[in-house]
Amino acid sequence: MTAGDAAVRLRVPASLRTYTGGSSAVDVALTELGDKPTVGGLLDHLAVTHPDLERRIRDEQRRLRRHVNLFLGNDNVRDLSDQDTPLAAGVELAVMPAVSGG
Amino acid sequence: MTTLLMIGTRKGLFLARSDDRLSWSLDGPHFAMTSVYAAAIDPRPAASGGSARLLAGADSEHWGPSVFRSDDFGASWQETEGGAIRFPTDTGEALVRTWQLRPAGADQPGLVWAGVEPGALFLSEDGGETFSLVKSLWDHPHRERWMPGGGGLCLHTITPHTTDPDRMLVGVSSAGVYRTDDGGRSWEASNTGIDAWRAPDQHPEFGQCVHKFDGQRDRPDQLFLQNHGGVYRSDDFGATWSAIGEGLPADFGFPVTAHPHRAGTAYVYPLVKDEHRIPPEDRCRIYRTTDAGESWEPLAAGLPQERTYVSVLRDALCTDDSDPAGVYFGTRSGEVFASADEGASWMSIVRHLPDVLVVRAAELP
Repeated sequence: MTAGDAAVRLRVPASLRTYTGGSSAVDVALTELGDKPTVGGLLDHLAVTHPDLERRIRDEQRRLRRHVNLFLGNDNVRDLSDQDTPLAAGVELAVMPAVSGG
Repeated sequence: MTTLLMIGTRKGLFLARSDDRLSWSLDGPHFAMTSVYAAAIDPRPAASGGSARLLAGADSEHWGPSVFRSDDFGASWQETEGGAIRFPTDTGEALVRTWQLRPAGADQPGLVWAGVEPGALFLSEDGGETFSLVKSLWDHPHRERWMPGGGGLCLHTITPHTTDPDRMLVGVSSAGVYRTDDGGRSWEASNTGIDAWRAPDQHPEFGQCVHKFDGQRDRPDQLFLQNHGGVYRSDDFGATWSAIGEGLPADFGFPVTAHPHRAGTAYVYPLVKDEHRIPPEDRCRIYRTTDAGESWEPLAAGLPQERTYVSVLRDALCTDDSDPAGVYFGTRSGEVFASADEGASWMSIVRHLPDVLVVRAAELP
């Protein structure tokens, strides 16, 4: 399954599905993200529609949390343009907790 | 009557219950894979026909911090959509951890204080559902020169005066004690008499590494304080402090708790300073004073007395509010001890938990 031509998809790990009603993904129509859809724009949208999910990905200053990674395909958005990374129709953005802890 | 003991650990919150404070049941962990540094039992809603409210500050290494609340003794938990504690955008800061949740007095229903990292004080007027930054302390001119302690720059202690709602003390590591006498509109450093450990100036206005302090209902101006080095007492609600560690085997340690209703009585857990941080003589002993620090007695009955190296963190020692008072402490090795007779004897009520970060106890109405 893909997000479809007119949407982007955020894939969420099991530990965050409490905040998506149990769903493994949230699809957002591109029309919701303005003329130039970006990672940051998607997260801004989620701050309204899924605030408990968004604040686990970003802090209140809208910075990505230190041990949270967002992958666009095989690329960590931190290695692209961070939250300014553009999103195209049909792409999937995956939330992945960093490997850490004891 | 049931006594509830909240046990916050590095991997979640556990709840212990007992009808006689001798036999305990345990459930948890709640909030798996979070560190629970802050816990509180707020009895005030029960006075107006509700249920006591439990509050917990839990932070995930991945997903950040949250404040949870329960009005059914932990059967279910709620959190505030979007987060209960959030720094205003113009501060440029983000909440790292909630270190302390402190309900105010019975005459201020709904008012809950929160101490956080980075060092700041927040206030809730709706029982812990939403909080706002106390700007007067955030804007204090000292704040830019506050230095973080080993646990980070955290506001970890909040002690409202028990009879005057305008007066309160807070403790910040390692900035020291700050005091308000006007309901939080203004603050001043309140460290007179407390040594600054490893500082060129032994008596600066601020910069002391205060670990914990606590006060009592029956003598509201009296406080006991455990500093990085030194145990102190104040008889004027923090205006001045006097060293009272003379009778202890070591004056280093983290927690201190005052007896809930017996003036002059307090408990500490001494550690050999500072390079060792293990109990003196390798014995696990709580020390109690009943004369405001003039003398101390070891309390060891039921505690391990051979080759014991456990330490107790700043919020991992508490009392309940019963008479006789129960006393509780949890260790970094995950064991919780309880005394139903004010410390005269102890029993291990749970072992093999993750590191214990905080304990809070109360008799449920």
